Amino acid sequence: MDHLDKLESKSVYLLREAYAAFDKLCMLWSIGKDSTVLLWLARKAFYGHVPFPLVHIDTHYKIPEMIEYRDRLAMEYGLYMVYGENREALEARNTFPDGKVGRVECCRLLKTEALTNTLNGKWPRYRLNLTTGQYERDTNTDAYTGVIVGARSDEEGSRSKERYFSPRDKNNDWDLDDQPPEFWNQFKTDFAPGTHVRIHPLLDWTELNIWEYIERENIPTVSLYYDQGDGTRYRSLGCAPCTGPIRSTSKNPREIIEELRTGALSNIAERSGRAQDAEDGGGLETLRRDGYM
Amino acid sequence: MDELLNIVTVGHVDHGKSTVIGRLLADAGALPEGKLESIRENCRRNSKPFEYAFLLDALKNEQAQGITIDTARCFFKTDKRSYILIDAPGHIEFLKNMVTGASRAEAALLVIDASHGVEENTRRHGYFLSVLGIRQVAVLVNKMDLVDYREKVYRDICADCRAFLEKIGIVPASFIPVSGMEGDNIALRSDRMPWYRGDTVLEQIDRFQSVAEPEQLPLRLPVQGVYKFTGSGDSRRIIAGTLDSGILRAGDRIVFWPSGKKTSVKSLEVFNAPEPADFRAGQAAGFTMTEQIFVRRGEIACLESEPAPHVGVRVRANIFWLGRSAFRADRRYHFKCGTAKVEMTLEHIERIVNASNLSCQSRQYAEKNEAAECILRLDRPVAFDLAGDNDATSRFVIVDDYEIAGGGIITEALNEYDYDTRNIRWSGAGLSADERLRITGKRGLVVWMTGLSGSGKTTIAEEAELRLLSEGIPAFVLDGDKLRRGLCSDLGFSDADRAENIRRAAETAKLFRDAGAVCLVTLISPFRAARESARRIIGDEFLETYVKASLDACIARDPKKLYKKALAGEIRSFTGLDSPYEAPESPDLLLDTERWSEEECVEALVGAVRSRLGKDGKEVRG
Repeated sequence: MDHLDKLESKSVYLLREAYAAFDKLCMLWSIGKDSTVLLWLARKAFYGHVPFPLVHIDTHYKIPEMIEYRDRLAMEYGLYMVYGENREALEARNTFPDGKVGRVECCRLLKTEALTNTLNGKWPRYRLNLTTGQYERDTNTDAYTGVIVGARSDEEGSRSKERYFSPRDKNNDWDLDDQPPEFWNQFKTDFAPGTHVRIHPLLDWTELNIWEYIERENIPTVSLYYDQGDGTRYRSLGCAPCTGPIRSTSKNPREIIEELRTGALSNIAERSGRAQDAEDGGGLETLRRDGYM
Repeated sequence: MDELLNIVTVGHVDHGKSTVIGRLLADAGALPEGKLESIRENCRRNSKPFEYAFLLDALKNEQAQGITIDTARCFFKTDKRSYILIDAPGHIEFLKNMVTGASRAEAALLVIDASHGVEENTRRHGYFLSVLGIRQVAVLVNKMDLVDYREKVYRDICADCRAFLEKIGIVPASFIPVSGMEGDNIALRSDRMPWYRGDTVLEQIDRFQSVAEPEQLPLRLPVQGVYKFTGSGDSRRIIAGTLDSGILRAGDRIVFWPSGKKTSVKSLEVFNAPEPADFRAGQAAGFTMTEQIFVRRGEIACLESEPAPHVGVRVRANIFWLGRSAFRADRRYHFKCGTAKVEMTLEHIERIVNASNLSCQSRQYAEKNEAAECILRLDRPVAFDLAGDNDATSRFVIVDDYEIAGGGIITEALNEYDYDTRNIRWSGAGLSADERLRITGKRGLVVWMTGLSGSGKTTIAEEAELRLLSEGIPAFVLDGDKLRRGLCSDLGFSDADRAENIRRAAETAKLFRDAGAVCLVTLISPFRAARESARRIIGDEFLETYVKASLDACIARDPKKLYKKALAGEIRSFTGLDSPYEAPESPDLLLDTERWSEEECVEALVGAVRSRLGKDGKEVRG
């Protein structure tokens, strides 16, 4: 087994454990490269099937190509595709692009709050009808008790402390100071009513591993990651108003791998194009404690 | 290609683990540009002296307290390979985090403060490394700058530490005198300690061996799930799991433990790739079987040609306890080993091991952060190996309520009962039912299954028998046809002979029941009065089960071709045709085989038996 085989086997093991432990399980799909690799790994673990819903939090400020790509893949793979949103904040225009709140507050409203209330089933969820290609209100309003997330520990400081199975309390809080022990191949699969567990199958993967795997498996990704001729590309995807491209001429996974291996990007943080991080005092910690994925 | 090694740093609080890692990352050029500067700037702003430890203690609340609360991982690369450096906290409060970090590692750096020497948590962490199965350890004698780089201080600590580690079976790979603060012997050789000619920390970590997956050991494949996605048009029934050890190929004869069911591997299953030649230890795998036997999560697939694992409900184990409330005999816990999860109790603590000085004491509970040797009793049989034979299948965790509260390794498989029969007074009447129950812990039951020929009595009974056995409940099918050929071979089918047949079956079933077994009697037993007499013979522990199917359905099924013969006039007095069947009016359990699948009927029957025996078929101990 090479290093990608090992990472793949570990992730598949974690996905299967999650599937066995949680009957109300879902996977967050941000449309980015990491959670798309995660989706691919789920198809590996379950032989082409994805036996749980994929949840996308739609801020309605995503780069349009991301949504198009999401729905195309969902139709092709036959996914139980669900999105949630903060309709109230959007209607009241309480957003950063509308100039009413700062970037971090905008993230809190459109992502964190929407996520919390989509996961617990309090706000409407919209499910893709695979026959019509249209979204309809999902009749399933159960709170998800297991949530699979594509966080990687090399992304940024606070993520390096995550567990593979990480509990969130009733308020969706992550109690960093009192995390459960996790050792050998055993994880926290028991949980009190009202709480849920986040599962992180990609914790051990690096940005380079992700691209190596995308290349090896030929996983379809959004073209925003590649230079389309103007010498820039996105390294991390988010909302259009707060995400900027980096200078790079990489046109495919192969060239991105080269770029990462030669260290051309080693002095630039992966999320440097994400403006909300800088505003949050240089880390995602505040957002993450509140349940930001 | 790229090799990856996990290394954990452990040691007593304030002995400088985070500083050593921070220094290693900085001196080996593994930090992103600006990271060091931003932390220096942060220190200046808060008028704090800069420390390399701040690199790792990246979180705000940690920097405030100045100690590592949780495990931090950092990625790092040398010319040889990639590393994940795991910084485990040294404070006793956070032992569970140290265990979390250390369990992921293949090698460890044990950091000791030269000015303090071996302290409580140096020993405690050493002991935990040994239980966790980490066999490569390098000892870093840190803060040599504080003892003027004196060789004697280093030598004394080495001798002290070596003596301790040997006791717990760890032979250190090296002892390195270092200063994380000054950078001596971390990535760069120090000229302040000319008396030391060994490796730097950087050289030592490149010398650690990557731990190979145990392909040479017998196959152990704990079943994670049985997948059948028929809803999506996929008819494959795939047994999924990761190989803890060994090699699996198509065509192999396999045995699932603890059920003991056997079959052969039909195909190896993968997604988006051609079928591989084999699956090896460490790989996430899946396969189909030549026969569709019933297996479930928690069993271990093994090769018939290789040594089988142990199967049992009682083990001796070395455990460490991390739970907030003590580990004690009067509480129920869950035991998770591989993918198996069963209820358990602590039977006896043989000794409490004080991990920090290895002294022992005897007391019947283990407190947080203590280690103990004890005997555990499981509610249902589990398949396992012993520590030393197979790492993965000898390890388990103990769940208290919702939390993993302890972990351990199985050192011995014990007999189920270890009671002293000398204390039982023998009388002419033999053992009373209560006495027997107290010793065996097994309560018996007779399941009287009545129904037309071909209704499915024997099929359901035989599957239920296997399921009960695999849950550790002794079960036995007393089949009407078999009785007819043996014990009752002198009887015919007259009303009198049928009544006698039922009397003999009831008496026999009662003996099984008294011996502590669940006896599943499958007899057409068409007459209400005869079934009532059976109930009188057997007494309380009697479960009348009506296996229901209409006469038409039975004629259509006709598995033994008896209806065909009877309808052709070759058999006389055939129940349902020329002899009546009096269906039970209010059976204890009704299994409608025309409305329910075989699987559902078996599930309902096993469930009813469990609830009759007490919650979950739990053993009743006097």
